Amino acid sequence: MSDTAGVLKPASAAPPMAPRVAHVRRRRHDAPDAWTLELEMADGAPFNYAPGQFNMLTAFGVGEAAISVSGDPAKGPLIHTIRAVGPVSRALTKLAPGDPIGVRGPFGVGWPMAQAEGKDVLLVAGGLGLAPLRPALYRLLGERARYGKVTLLFGARRPDDIVFRREVESWRGRFDMEVEVTVDHAGPEWRGHVGVVTGLISRQAFDPSATIAMVCGPEVMMRFVAMSLVDRGLSEDFIYLSMERNMKCAIGHCGHCQLGPTFICRDGPVFTFTRLNPLLAVKEL
Amino acid sequence: MENLERILSEHPFFTDLDKGFVALACGCAKNARFEAGQFIFHEGEAADHFYLLREGRVALQISAPGRGASTFLTLGPGEVFGVNWLVPPYRWTCDARALDGARVIAMDTLCLRNKCEADHDLGYAIMKRLMPVLLERLHATRLQFLDLYGAHV
Repeated sequence: MSDTAGVLKPASAAPPMAPRVAHVRRRRHDAPDAWTLELEMADGAPFNYAPGQFNMLTAFGVGEAAISVSGDPAKGPLIHTIRAVGPVSRALTKLAPGDPIGVRGPFGVGWPMAQAEGKDVLLVAGGLGLAPLRPALYRLLGERARYGKVTLLFGARRPDDIVFRREVESWRGRFDMEVEVTVDHAGPEWRGHVGVVTGLISRQAFDPSATIAMVCGPEVMMRFVAMSLVDRGLSEDFIYLSMERNMKCAIGHCGHCQLGPTFICRDGPVFTFTRLNPLLAVKEL
Repeated sequence: MENLERILSEHPFFTDLDKGFVALACGCAKNARFEAGQFIFHEGEAADHFYLLREGRVALQISAPGRGASTFLTLGPGEVFGVNWLVPPYRWTCDARALDGARVIAMDTLCLRNKCEADHDLGYAIMKRLMPVLLERLHATRLQFLDLYGAHV
């Protein structure tokens, strides 16, 4: 895996269009419409990937969908967290332990972990956007001494929609990172923050010259998070967003995920805000 | 009073405000404390105070029939609430409730409005501080309304 200028390049040496077969080892319900699958490769060989990369998962007989890896890159098994939104993702979330699943990947450019070394790291997640950030967080916590202050700001729709809830609670209890969670809507039983995740940014103390931000969530949320960070003095070069588009081939051939001059699958899904800012300003691009 | 003036000038809402203005505004201010769970104001009541939060957290809520109270924004130290004091009809449009023990500076809004009316420079300085808060909350409400994290995304 090369790492020029702190940016990870795709690492796979396997034939890019040939899926490997895996089996579902465990299935966990994570949010009202999201499930986490633990996978075991049928050939027993390890599955190496970098934080922020994604796989094309096949629900046999239904189709293939791009899903970010949400597990720990330093440990097995391969973990994906999937929201049931379309036919393929719905079929994937219904797979039971022992069922076969196709895995093609890993693909894409991941989070800039090398570039983040020595810096404070601000992770901003919205909804299921926490899933692609979770491998980065595992890396940050697994190699804690390499990084400065680690902060996670997490926004969800409602308290019941908080993914990885137990884990988020355990992160909140750690002394070596800061976690703030906010929800858009809540009843009186919720004791935490209420309001959009950008509101957490304006309350957060950080040194913009020593901070790198990794952001993942709905595109509108990322746009406003990035702008809030710029308003706080963070350079666009140090704000990384993970984009989502309709990916089919995952190797930059089919063009389904084209965003202006870039292919999200091949050139991303992680980009600097410097690169995305002019593209995000174009409506319906 | 000198102590209150210092506290007021250190609150982010009044940061960098002219000292003379702080002294003027200070004449309308007092310290107050609310226990956890205590309502600070209710929707429909007269907006008689403007609050600068110093410690603790406050929830802004709206109640709907059959759905109970729904919190739409929580605020922490350094933030302000009761922001609709400057324009008629001077009435709260939501409930405010202390989540923890909350320490605030409560500013008498009739007093503050009179001083702003008498000294338009003070009024404009306060307006310039109030507008970003209002716009930020309007923007946040729009994002909440978009229901960004819904299944349609």
